[in-house]
Amino acid sequence: MPYRMHVMVCAGTGCVSNRSLEVGEALRTELNKRGLADEIQVVATGCNGFCGAGPLMVVHPEGIFYQQLTAKDIPHLVEEHFLKGRPVKKLMYVPEAAAPPVPKMADIPFFSRQRLIVLRNRGLIDPEKIEDYIARDGYTALAKALTQMTPEQIIDEIKLSGLRGRGGAGFTTGVKWEKVRQAPGEPKYLICNGDEGDPGAFMDRSIFESDPHAVVEGMVIGARAMGVRHGVVYIRNEYPLAMQRILIALDQAREYGLLGEDILGTGFDFDVSVTRGAGAFVCGEETALMASIEGRPGDPRARPPYPAEQGLWGKPTCINNVETWANVGPIINHGAEWYRQIGTETSKGTKVFSLVGKINNTGLVEVPMGISLRELIYEIGGGIPGGKKFKAVQTGGPSGGCIPAGLLDQPLVYETHEEKRTVTDYLDLPIDYESLTHVGSMMGSGGMVVMDEDTCMVDVARYFLSFTQDESCGACTPCREGTKLMLDILTKITEGHGTMEDVRALEEIAWIVKQTSLCGLGKTAPNPVLTTLRYFRDEYLAHIEAHKCPAHVCRELNTYRIDPEICVERGHGCGVCKRECPEKAIFGEKNQPHRIDPRLCGKCGVCVDVCHFDAVIVE
Amino acid sequence: MPKLKLEDLARMREEARRATLLREGAGRVKVIVHMGTCGIAAGGRKIMEAVLREVEERGLRDVLVTTSGCAGLCSREPMATVEVVGEAPVKYVDLTAEKIKTIFTDHVVGGKIAQPYALAVGSERTH
Repeated sequence: MPYRMHVMVCAGTGCVSNRSLEVGEALRTELNKRGLADEIQVVATGCNGFCGAGPLMVVHPEGIFYQQLTAKDIPHLVEEHFLKGRPVKKLMYVPEAAAPPVPKMADIPFFSRQRLIVLRNRGLIDPEKIEDYIARDGYTALAKALTQMTPEQIIDEIKLSGLRGRGGAGFTTGVKWEKVRQAPGEPKYLICNGDEGDPGAFMDRSIFESDPHAVVEGMVIGARAMGVRHGVVYIRNEYPLAMQRILIALDQAREYGLLGEDILGTGFDFDVSVTRGAGAFVCGEETALMASIEGRPGDPRARPPYPAEQGLWGKPTCINNVETWANVGPIINHGAEWYRQIGTETSKGTKVFSLVGKINNTGLVEVPMGISLRELIYEIGGGIPGGKKFKAVQTGGPSGGCIPAGLLDQPLVYETHEEKRTVTDYLDLPIDYESLTHVGSMMGSGGMVVMDEDTCMVDVARYFLSFTQDESCGACTPCREGTKLMLDILTKITEGHGTMEDVRALEEIAWIVKQTSLCGLGKTAPNPVLTTLRYFRDEYLAHIEAHKCPAHVCRELNTYRIDPEICVERGHGCGVCKRECPEKAIFGEKNQPHRIDPRLCGKCGVCVDVCHFDAVIVE
Repeated sequence: MPKLKLEDLARMREEARRATLLREGAGRVKVIVHMGTCGIAAGGRKIMEAVLREVEERGLRDVLVTTSGCAGLCSREPMATVEVVGEAPVKYVDLTAEKIKTIFTDHVVGGKIAQPYALAVGSERTH
């Protein structure tokens, strides 16, 4: 009996950590109980991207979307929808409270405004079944490349497409491939950089978990183009599910003769091994990564020579990011011209972003280059929760910078083949490699952290520096010493002991580290400092001169005061804060206004948390 | 598993696509088996089995099969609605597995309403 319904249960890491596997189990049990298991197929897919709404499920053929499911919801869901055909409204997506539910995934703005190329199979396949990948035209690009194109033609197509490295630096992929092909030396290698170290970034993890074959296919095509017989997937050890999926995918591809010897009977040989990272951010840097594969400590080296000339084991090596590889198949299938239609003049195609922070719709999105920050944050992201004001967005992780709310100091002229306009507001900035660099940030691997009025920008800089300082390999003095100095100064400022001299020193050190560090980690570590100083200097000054943190994040600089009227009229002097205060700094009797002795106050903020009447004012 | 050749890949794609076509949500004909409590009580599950059997035996790839709740005419259950894309839906009543066979031959595949078993053409007005 054929299936009349396919239920796609999300089993990406986000949903799994929220117990989606239990939901899947409950579903299978219930379907068996009701004798529906022969009519209804249950498929565990990779990440759907809308992680804030998980565990989620999509029911085909109607495309009905369910969110925030628990195992308890399943019996009712099965009876009402799967048996009786009445979709369950209370499990559907609602754009905001008291709004009508939106049943179809295709109508939810978070999804409908995305353009999926890299994530084309998202939520539609079982990532552990090669047949599902093949059903959706998987490996047709490989067949075309091996049987209808010469290696030079493949490279020309990739060059023409305008594909640029998605790991962050944005080097033209086709040019890199050409360099590797032309470089003298055998054997040549190719590497998939799956070390994804930026905190909060999970684009590459998602690709590995949801559609590992997309990466494999890209690598085989690249191998053919560059004359490579051995590839390495370098994946960070902290991604167990992703690792499992890529290993399964490689095994399946080998089994079917799509990898290994005599691929598709064309006589072309290429195979892939997997190397695991071991917990170092610096190993995402290409030279450190190659050292790691060779079994040496992950210390970067100076470039030139670039890996394309001298890479793994000293041989010409092409190293590309996971997302870059996943773009190759569609470009070969649909052609460079098709790819060029999407994106901006300088940045073609799409980009996968992890949209996190103070945003309603947290998750992973793929959008065409050139989309405005406004559309990404408000239409797709659903805006800032709690009606708070947008303050800044951090792009590019610890290597990137903040883009503030407000008007640009220098208007940007944005031109496509369709239109030309002048952009004055940061939110209308079209996202591409050049525009982000123009405002002092960078594309990076795709992290996009949204911040609101309750975020302290000095603290943000401190947070990113604490990360890069910890991850600095120590080989070169500017980074090793400079990141520590910057972190110390930032910490000092957040604790209320900063001086103007500190700010001057901070800026000078930042420029030195940026210009003289050996590798990308050091060169970009000062970016959060430099952009926050550029756009939020007033916050630094407030910390130093006024001894205040405008966002009230830096506790040492807060003063806590009880509003006597609210305390008595609303709270009747309940005394809960007095009871909870660890410093015994609160005084007052029942029905009397309570007060905090500032000399004893430890600024822990517990009184704010426990007061039911919002009587504690933070200044 | 023998290694694939080019033709094998194309054949595999066709087979695999058939199994997952449902996820693309496209179809030429939709068959809705009514599964309200009345429908189930009258034997709607057997009708569903008959429908799915027809789809499988005839190797149909463009037919979507779904369920819906009670249509309101409980005394004529089991019922099913056949909706060819672009045409008005047709309600069939007092169904048996045998009648399903005819409905498939005449309407789903043949494109002509199986008159003896049809109750009505079109949908109710909802405004």
